[in-house]
Amino acid sequence: MNAAAFQAGFARALLDPEAAPPTGLRAAPGADLARRFAVYRNNVAHGLIAALALRHPAVQRLVGKDFFAGMARAFVQHHPPRSPVLLEYGDGFPEFVAGFPPAAGLPYLADVARLEAARVGAYHAADVPPLRLEAVADAAQDAPLRLALHPAARLLRSPHPVVTLWAMNAGEMPLGPVASWEGEEALVTRPDLQVLVHRLPPGGAGFAMALGTGAGLADAAAHCPPGFSQMGTLAILLRTGALVEGGAA
Amino acid sequence: MRASLLPPAAGVGFKPRHFEHILSGPQPLGFIEVHAENYMGQGGPPHAQLARLRQDYALSLHGVGLSIGGAQPLDAAHLRRLRALCDRYAPASFSEHLAWSSHGPAFLNDLLPLPYTEATLARVVAHVAEVQDCLGRQMLLENPATYLGFAESRIPETEFLAEVARRTGCGLLLDVNNVVVAAANQGFAPRAYLAAFPLAMVGEIHLAGHAAVPAGAATLLIDAHGTPVDDQVWALYAEVLARTGPVATLIEWDNDVPAWPVLRREAARAGALLRQAAQGVAA
Repeated sequence: MNAAAFQAGFARALLDPEAAPPTGLRAAPGADLARRFAVYRNNVAHGLIAALALRHPAVQRLVGKDFFAGMARAFVQHHPPRSPVLLEYGDGFPEFVAGFPPAAGLPYLADVARLEAARVGAYHAADVPPLRLEAVADAAQDAPLRLALHPAARLLRSPHPVVTLWAMNAGEMPLGPVASWEGEEALVTRPDLQVLVHRLPPGGAGFAMALGTGAGLADAAAHCPPGFSQMGTLAILLRTGALVEGGAA
Repeated sequence: MRASLLPPAAGVGFKPRHFEHILSGPQPLGFIEVHAENYMGQGGPPHAQLARLRQDYALSLHGVGLSIGGAQPLDAAHLRRLRALCDRYAPASFSEHLAWSSHGPAFLNDLLPLPYTEATLARVVAHVAEVQDCLGRQMLLENPATYLGFAESRIPETEFLAEVARRTGCGLLLDVNNVVVAAANQGFAPRAYLAAFPLAMVGEIHLAGHAAVPAGAATLLIDAHGTPVDDQVWALYAEVLARTGPVATLIEWDNDVPAWPVLRREAARAGALLRQAAQGVAA
């Protein structure tokens, strides 16, 4: 038997619950071959669904365990991991959630998933000491610092109250009615070992992204809404560990 | 010659929730084991914890994603990641499985079975040799838990493993629970399997719990790693130790992870059997 062709068929049958086991397998006398093959199929599905559930406790809380498992199973079947490094698995899941018809009634769900994916990214990001407020104050006397985003910093703009929804479903805030259903901007940081989620003032995410790509303060604030506080937001970014000193000008 | 540098003591698969407990005082542990793939992020708490534990304990790095039995070439990027981990943490042992888990670009996240033929043997030997060359160290190859066999298999698994070890110089990781699971599922006697196992090549032993589920007239054993080690596994383990003397022994508990005292008790039980084995050899 050609090993590559056999493993291709085995892999296809693992991901397709309707497929028959590949030929060439043998079960012990009295054992049902399909039932035995199903152990491998279940291992694959359960392991990957569990990996997604671990990344997305708030999404799971919002839709319930059974709905989540069904949604995750559909994702796994069509988007198996492309790498054995499973801590990276599921980066495409929020996009899949956005287009998952049974979840269409929860238009905010994909953004909650994006925030949770951002938290996982921050958790595993490179260890770099963030830029401190004092360093900026010292530098300002001669030449302004060039800024960049810290490797753990993640920004998310949502038309939904994504930070509030995440916090209520991640045990960070008591569950309750959302006082005002407005878009929120999220900043995820990990200045040391703990992942933190912050809510930025409107315009803050765009401002931080612009700063992070080397724009000066005035340029970064150019598209921010009236009343936007550059210095106030810069202080938040520094206090939360979102910035590092950028490369040479 | 022992096939690994792990101390001949008990160890546990490290779970982050046990971090503070393990560091809180003396433990009946000679080493800890981690799944290599869980430490392939760039930074953060996983690396901080592992670096701290490494100060106190020898490390066994256990891979679950290399697909050594895969029909396709080994993943060069994954080998580089493993080498970086070995360089960073200087583990006393690196081990992987006699199984495959990747096909094409897809990683299937399970340890899938292989037909034991000359063609598979040649492929596994080439892949093990490549891993050892790349990492610059001997590796241990683990016997799999299986649910199915192959009509074309011609070589007994014990002989297959012995031959891989002979041709590559690798050591073996004997998972006693996998023996019990595979024996029940494939209808062979675990004692006969262990009698044929090349114990001189064993550098580490794994112990774990399995789940029993009814499947028609038979009982299907699943390698679930979610319960205490089964009595039959303890008994066979003691018999193996009587032949080998003390060998580094890991308690694997990956699902429904218990509170630290429960896992600690399992490790202490293995530790007691290891001390007995040491006395038996001395006597």
